[in-house]
Amino acid sequence: MPHVVTDNCQRCRFTECVVTCPTACFHGDADMLYIDSVACIDCAACVTACPVRAIYELTDLPEDKAHWGPINAERAMILPIVDHKQEPLSTANARRTELGY
Amino acid sequence: MHTLGTELNPLRIAIVGSGPSGFYAAEELLKSSMAVSVDMIDRLPSPFGLVRSGVAPDHPKLKMPIVVFDKVAQMPGFSFHGNVTVGQDISVEALQKTHHAVIFTCGAQTDRKLGVPGEALAGSHTATEFVGWYNGHPDYRHLNFDLSQEVAVIIGQGNVAADVARALSKSVDELRTTDMAEHAIEALAKSRVREIHIIGRRGPAQAKFTNKELKELGELTGCSAEINSGGIVLNDESLVEIESKTNFIAAKNVEIMRSWTQNAATNGNKRIVFHFQQSPVKLVGTDRVQQIILEKNNLKGPAFDQQAYGTDEQEILNCGLVFRSIGYRGVPIPGVPFDEKKGTFPNSAGRINNARGLYTAGWIKRGPSGIIGTNRADALETVATLLGDLESLERDPKPGFSAHFSTLENSKVKVVSYQGWQRIDAEERRRGELKGKPREKITDIAEMLSIAS
Repeated sequence: MPHVVTDNCQRCRFTECVVTCPTACFHGDADMLYIDSVACIDCAACVTACPVRAIYELTDLPEDKAHWGPINAERAMILPIVDHKQEPLSTANARRTELGY
Repeated sequence: MHTLGTELNPLRIAIVGSGPSGFYAAEELLKSSMAVSVDMIDRLPSPFGLVRSGVAPDHPKLKMPIVVFDKVAQMPGFSFHGNVTVGQDISVEALQKTHHAVIFTCGAQTDRKLGVPGEALAGSHTATEFVGWYNGHPDYRHLNFDLSQEVAVIIGQGNVAADVARALSKSVDELRTTDMAEHAIEALAKSRVREIHIIGRRGPAQAKFTNKELKELGELTGCSAEINSGGIVLNDESLVEIESKTNFIAAKNVEIMRSWTQNAATNGNKRIVFHFQQSPVKLVGTDRVQQIILEKNNLKGPAFDQQAYGTDEQEILNCGLVFRSIGYRGVPIPGVPFDEKKGTFPNSAGRINNARGLYTAGWIKRGPSGIIGTNRADALETVATLLGDLESLERDPKPGFSAHFSTLENSKVKVVSYQGWQRIDAEERRRGELKGKPREKITDIAEMLSIAS
């Protein structure tokens, strides 16, 4: 099952994940990234690249994050690909501390 | 003189090795704002490295990066030159004369040795040999594995060990529809292997499996995943490790293995049995492996840096096959600095130390760790380093790889172009279709060359 970016990416958007994606699955808006569920090959390289544990395999999503599955699928379809590292959001480090990572 | 990186003086890069790190480096170079020409060289007539010959046949999704690589190969400025061994058919020095820089992405081609007596006995193999054999790699197609044995031991607890365990435990009906080489399917159809022991020198919290690969071993049809009588025992340091928020992969691995502790052999089922904190000290047998002697280890050291130390407490495991999967080493190429200890090309962010115009990416750069995507990040770093070094590279126009064609022809080296590979690819797919599989790999180099030309 494909992988999914969840709310931990918001206010972070570290983009460490995008360079590890072998099939350029990541798309992004100003808030966060999303994974194209069709292009994702489930290699999970991004899961460990994310410094704030924002990415899960669809089947491993905690219950309170289940809605991120369809959100990723929809948003990825209409947003541009992000396949190179970008500057994290200015709130990223504060958010990371808040999340406990 | 024309500026380097413009139409009249394109930046000419040779990439040695056509696996993931090579292709991701090529893509990054060809998408740069400069005029770039990439000559990718491989010792085999076929490209794609371990995506073709390493990734397990029953994990077809993980081979999808080939679609990305194929698009890179169609980009203007890209050329593939297969069946050319750098350091043998052509020297690194010769490549440096025709290119502004050379990037080595040739991986880690040999296995680490156990370094114990009996390692060379018949029945003792490297995982690389077995994986190369079932994946139809020309170097390994002629090997024989005595699958009449009932007990196999795999040393090492990472994804390659999991791949080997699945190949030995799945039914051939499950494998027939994959791109596993025909000779391997035929041999595995007669396999009598019933028990597969996977041995790790450290504990369950230090096993290197990714969650998906480990979990899969517990979900096989007709095979049970078990934990040996030692069970899942975690010392205080290991508990600290799995409770760390960032170490969730290890925590999940332990959770998966804990769910297996009640599993036991059922009638007719094959078994995969995990052993922890054990190291092989000797392989024993008269003509071939009959036993492996394992020594119990204690873990010592702080959390996240625990090492295994032998205790002299030994256990004998009867077995007829041993596969070691404890890491890989790169092999040196004449003309390139080599770190004997690490088995890599010593470098800073991809620039090979003390060598002008030589770069490296992938396993030969950082050692054998990570998965396909890890090599993309790694290759991007190397290309950024290279493009930042332009001022220090030779600025004169270079002729590129075609300058070597006549020399190679004179020494009877048949160079395979990407078009040549596409002919091999089409023939493999055609043969596969006849058998209801994605492709039937051609494993004989002479045959590949004749189809390519």
